[in-house]
Parts: sequence; C-alpha cells; structure tokens
Amino acid sequence: MVLELQKPRPIWQIMFSTHHTDVGLLYLIMSLGFLFLGGALALAIRAELFLPGAQIIGDAMTFNRIFTVHGTTLIFLFIIPFASAVGNYFVPIMVRYKDMAYPKLNAIAFWMIPPSGALIWLGFADFTWYATPPYSIISAPGPAADMWIFGLKILGVSSVLGAINFVVTILKCKHPDMSIGQVPLLAWSFLSSSLIILVAIPTFAAALLMLLTDRLGVTGFFNPAMGGDPIAYAHLFWFTFHPEVYVLVIPAIGMMYEIIPRFSRKPIYSFNSGIFAFVLLSIVGFSSWAHHMYATGMSFTEKTVFMVGTLAAVPASAMHVYNFIATMWNGRIKFATPMMWAVGGIALFFSAGAGGVANAAMPLDFTTHDTYWVVGHFHLFVMGTIAFGSIGYLYYMYPYVTGRMYNEAMGKIHFILSFIGTILVFFTQHVLGLYGMPRRIFDYPPIPEWIAMNQIASIGAMIIGVSMVIFLVNMIYSAGKGEPANPEDPFGVGGKYYYPFEAKNPSH
Amino acid sequence: MGGHSNWPEWIYVGVVVAIMCWVGAEAWEAERLVEHVPEGAEIIKVTGQQWFWTFEHEDGTKEIGELHVEKGKAYKFEIHSTDVNHSFNIHDYVVLMDAIPGRVNTVWFAPTDVGEHDIQCREYCGLIHYNMRGTLIVEEPHS
Repeated sequence: MVLELQKPRPIWQIMFSTHHTDVGLLYLIMSLGFLFLGGALALAIRAELFLPGAQIIGDAMTFNRIFTVHGTTLIFLFIIPFASAVGNYFVPIMVRYKDMAYPKLNAIAFWMIPPSGALIWLGFADFTWYATPPYSIISAPGPAADMWIFGLKILGVSSVLGAINFVVTILKCKHPDMSIGQVPLLAWSFLSSSLIILVAIPTFAAALLMLLTDRLGVTGFFNPAMGGDPIAYAHLFWFTFHPEVYVLVIPAIGMMYEIIPRFSRKPIYSFNSGIFAFVLLSIVGFSSWAHHMYATGMSFTEKTVFMVGTLAAVPASAMHVYNFIATMWNGRIKFATPMMWAVGGIALFFSAGAGGVANAAMPLDFTTHDTYWVVGHFHLFVMGTIAFGSIGYLYYMYPYVTGRMYNEAMGKIHFILSFIGTILVFFTQHVLGLYGMPRRIFDYPPIPEWIAMNQIASIGAMIIGVSMVIFLVNMIYSAGKGEPANPEDPFGVGGKYYYPFEAKNPSH
Repeated sequence: MGGHSNWPEWIYVGVVVAIMCWVGAEAWEAERLVEHVPEGAEIIKVTGQQWFWTFEHEDGTKEIGELHVEKGKAYKFEIHSTDVNHSFNIHDYVVLMDAIPGRVNTVWFAPTDVGEHDIQCREYCGLIHYNMRGTLIVEEPHS
C-alpha cells in the first residue's frame, strides 16, 4: 500500500527513497510549502498597495525584492514541482510500469530543488522574475542577483532531468500491450510538457550563463556599454518562457482531464481531440515568444508574425474547453470539491484566454503592455487555471496519499472563497491596467480610480489568504483525523480509478 | 470516442479560427495606420535615465520632467536611454515605447486637447521606478 501517511515510517526512509510515490510525496510537500511562502509575499504586496504611500513595507527596495521572489517562488518552486508530484504518483501507474524509468535520477532531480529554493530565498534578489539586462548586469545589488542566477540554473537542470525521465517512462516503459494512443490524457500532458522543456530550457540556460559572465564583467553580451544588446536577452528569455507557460498549463489541463470525466460519470468526449490539442499547443507555443516584446521597437513585420503565431494557439486551447464542456454535457455531475475546482479553473482559463487575445492584437498591446492588465492576465492563468487545476487535483489525490478523506465542507468553502477572491483580485487588475497603472511599482499617485481598484484587489487577496488558511487546516487535520477513505471509490462516483496504491513500494 | 458526431466541434473550431482571423486583420490594419508618421512631425528627443525623463526640442530647448507641446501639431519622439531599460509612456494618448540603451526607438502622437497628462515609466528600472514620472502639458498653438 502506498497510503503514505497511514503507516508511520521514519522520515529518512521517505527522504532517501527512490520510489516514485515517495519522491512524489516529497515534491508534494515541498511545493505546498513554497505555495504558502510565495502566497504570504503576495499578501504583503497587496497590503502595501491598499493605499498610496508606504504602508507595511518600508522601502521600495524591499518591495522590489518581495515581488521578485514571489514570482520566482510560485512559478519555479510551486507550480512546476507540484506538477512533478502528480506526474510521479500517476504517470508510472498510467503506463503500467513499476516505477519511473530512472528512479535515482528522479530523486536527484527532486533534491536539486531545495538548494535552489534556499539560494533564491536567502539571496532575495530584486530584478523581477525575468532579470532584464542591463539592469540585472549593472544595477542589481550584490550576491542576491548571483544567487538567483545559480538557483535558476540548478532548477533548469532539475527540470531537464525530470523531463527526460517522464519522456522515457511514457515512451519506452509503457506496458507492451498498450499503444501510445491508449495512454491516458494526464500522461499525455506530461509527455507534451516534458518535450517542450527539453526544447525550450537550454536556451535560457545559455542566457543565464551569459548573464552571469556579464555581471562578472568578463563579457558584454547584453551590456550596451560593452557593445552588447539587451534585446538579445529578451529573445532568449522569452523563447524559453513563452513555451514554459504551456509547460505550466498543460499538466493542469491534464489533471482536469482526469477530474472532469470522473465526476461527470461519463467518458471523455473526445480523447483524440485532447491529444491533438496538446500536441498542437506544444508546437505553436514556440511561435509566439516575441509578443512580449512589441514595445521594444520591433518592426511592423516582426510584430505581425508574432501576433499571428500567438493567435494560432487559441484554437487549440479552445478545443480543450470544448472537450470539457462536451464531457460534462448530460453527465450525472457530482460537484465534489475536486470537480468544483476543475470547473472554476476552466471558467477562469476561458477568461484568461479572452484577455490574451486582446493582448496579442498589436495596437491594444500598447495600452496594456507592462500595466496591471498583464499582471491580471497571467495571474488568471497561473492562479485561476493552473493553481485551480492543481489544488482540485490535490483534493482528488488526497485519499490516495493519506488514506483519509479531507473535510468536504471546508474544501468547498476553500473553493468558493478562492474563486471570489481570484475574480476580485485579477479582474480588477485588468481594469487597473486600462487606467494605466504600471506593474512593479511600490507606490502610486492618489488617483481615485487607482485607489478604488487597488482596494478591491487587496480585499480579494485577503479573502484568498483566509481560504488558504482553511485549506492548510483541512490538509493537516484530515491527514491525521479525517474519516478513513474507501480505497475502491473514495468519492462514490464509480468507474475505474488510477490508484497509486496499485504500485508496490518495497519500503512498505 | 465513437458514438457521437464531431461536426459541432468542427463548427466551433471554425468559428474560433474565424474570430482569430478577424482580430488579426483588424489589428494589422489599425497598427498600419498608427505607425504611419505624418509629414513634418516635430522631433522631440526623449532620454530616460534612473529615474527621470529629459526632453530636447528641435530648437534646442531642454526640459526635465515636464514636456510642453502645442495642440494640433504632430510630434515624433526619439527615445534614448543612458543606463537601463525604461519605457516611455503617456497613457492618455497610448504612447508607449521602450527606452533601450544603445538603441533609438521612435513613436509619434498629435495632442488634440489642451490639458495636462501623466508621463510615466512602464518598464521596471530599479529603486525609484515607481516615481519615474513626468507631466505632459498641451498648450494652445503659439503662433
């Protein structure tokens, strides 16, 4: 049995295990730890912006450090490791293999993350999560910036190792009776996102090294004072990190593909269109990176090319939404907590995508670029879609991980408060952007519209904060004292599950 | 799979593709018009540095933090930076262009009403980025 927390085991046995469910558990606990750390920073940011003038954060430098570490933490230390946790638990079972293809590599990939998290948090850099040169070269202070660069470097290697492991596990270790077309959509999502990582990450790895040597003064790749070009960094960075958006969102969509049919008590509407949309997204994800750079002085032709590339990603995303709705149509839907999170996530995914179309249109981008519109837009993706899908999946896998049920009422309250909070924060941020408020500012002039919108957003953030406390209490309390789950069918919806407890863990 | 027809999905995807084509075509047309600089636009050299804006008119007049222009005339900004990336922004007139060291970017506008508008930096540039602000003052034509 892999009901991890039911039978007490010494912690070192889990830590030094290479079994996929143990590594999955480590990923899970660490990513949730960073979720709460990064979320606390978000609350500090929102509290500061509640009113113009310095509120709780004394100075601009501290504020800049806080939003930098907030972004870095939640993207690299929550979303990606959380997806790895789910992948570790479920991918080997879905392809009917005993473990990941390379168990030791798997454990190594995990153990690279805590040191990089420590580098990022102990350094507390201030140059935003994309470290724009020349600021990051000539202006960003001291060891913090270098520690961030090393932290990200290690995380990049860890991502690549994890991706290799998923690709080999899915393609080479799947059961011989199973064709690739029979691999469940959740595993397909890991295959797609891992392939994107393998193509995209090396570019950023190179850019990070160049940034580091630029900071040391031995090169001038991105330093105009030494003949370099900061725009080159922007291209390298976004060539990695626009596809990375799909690395983040595709596993979350895969998780929804697991939840939606289960709680609709119907098979997925179209398995093939799900696979097709994953593959299409992975490819067109590479054709849109420079839409982040319209305002850097690109030519009309360049802008047109990247606008077309960006709009090309929309039909694939829309196919996923169609697939979800068609699956729910006429289903006997049970709105248990995981289903509520998944459906809420789909609604916010649609909203985020609609805003994205407006961003992509060249003339509109000059209104929204680098304002709070953009902050609202991508938070609807990372919070509204990815975190919603992930948290829904966490509730879904909770009985498999702990052997106990979470408290259903608290789970629903968590969802309702988070959903309301997310709308209050990120929809108002879109409006704030249309009023022209730039992002990444510590203080703002007392313009009445700006104050009103910021206050609504801050109140929304506090509501999310409260819901996350309920979540934490529910997770911890139910792990020890929750009702024992029915291992055959914890949610009472019937059908065949992919249960981690089918796996044989030698340490148990 | 199987048992249901796929034509609603094809129609749906077709509608989405059609909407995207329409958005793209409209955006292409609008951007083409917006980027067309009118003849005889007066050139203003804009320089961003940590953490203020400097303006130099064609006649050599220099201003810091404030920019005086005349209603009804077209102006073309040539945007420079001396240190790190900034972004020159007059939100009310949708003027936005990055100031990047080692490059000169251009953007134009023609003020239509007398009044004051905020100028701000929209690209993160460090400690006082939040207060890298200025004022655009549109006046009646002098002549």
